[in-house]
Amino acid sequence: MNIKLNGTVHAVDDGASVTTLISQVTGRNLAPNGQAADGQKLGVAVARNSEVVPRSQWYVTALAEGDDVELVTAVQGG
Amino acid sequence: MAGTTVAGVAGAAQAQQAADPFIVDGVTLGSRLIMGTGGAPSLDGLGAALIASGTELTTVAMRRYSPAESGSLFQLLVDHNIRVLPNTAGCFTARDAVMTAELAREALETDWVKLEVIADEHTLLPDAVELVDATEQLVNRGFKVFAYTNDDPVLALRLENLGATAVMPLGSPIGTGLGILNPHNIELIVSRASVPVVLDAGIGTASDAALAMELGCDAVLLATAVTRAQNPAMMGEAFKHAVIAGRLAKAAGRIPRREHALASSAMEGRAEFL
Repeated sequence: MNIKLNGTVHAVDDGASVTTLISQVTGRNLAPNGQAADGQKLGVAVARNSEVVPRSQWYVTALAEGDDVELVTAVQGG
Repeated sequence: MAGTTVAGVAGAAQAQQAADPFIVDGVTLGSRLIMGTGGAPSLDGLGAALIASGTELTTVAMRRYSPAESGSLFQLLVDHNIRVLPNTAGCFTARDAVMTAELAREALETDWVKLEVIADEHTLLPDAVELVDATEQLVNRGFKVFAYTNDDPVLALRLENLGATAVMPLGSPIGTGLGILNPHNIELIVSRASVPVVLDAGIGTASDAALAMELGCDAVLLATAVTRAQNPAMMGEAFKHAVIAGRLAKAAGRIPRREHALASSAMEGRAEFL
């Protein structure tokens, strides 16, 4: 199925969770609690259809066709 | 100064610094210089400037994740044990600012936020109405709000009363390097605040930061003045000393301004030449 990720169409498996998506995009393995499996900070956050999805809910949140997902991180700024 | 050694004076300055920690939201910071990270041409150069500045708190912006530049800035701050202060730069409405703050809290696992709600891209001046609205919403959601505000003593007090953790009046518009355009207002804000006052934006060079501290500010926040200096690391170090010097000067008590000269050498006992 297709979702929108950061404004661009993005293909994910049917019923994929937020965890699966983040893992796919960042190339990092995630534990069910939303932390990176390697113990390092992940430093990203997700909004789905303009609602923040808490890290603890990534694993149990299934994406749906047409979802609008924003994935953000820290960058240089004032 | 009879009986006071040079070493004793230096010790007194150090003791004064030690007895005067910068505490915000119960956290003690070893430096009164808060750095921004915007405008640096390279991450390596930025890292060197941050280290030279001695900062222990540094702002970041929240933007869309890009695999090409993933996480390197965040990792740099983690590596150097610099606490991160996410901002809401680029937000024009309270709604966007609250959303950005929520994302930052999730991503960076901090409830501190530098709240920036600007009116337009030309001035980058805070929009007071949206700022007040966003401060109220964020405080209610449990955020520690560092409110970037105009140099308006009335607004600063309103933000404090709404529960802001720190108020951060601008010296002049972001990135202008015009220094502190209304020192009187900054003094007025300081004199009435019971939360930390951080001079934020408009700093051009070290003497501007020293002045902010002499006016009684608790800390200074700057980015462009260092990141776009010809030698960012050297400028970072200059600001480190400027903030310390200004704070010491404030504590030491400056002489009053006088209209006429006051000789510092005694007139008595001069040699006479016939």
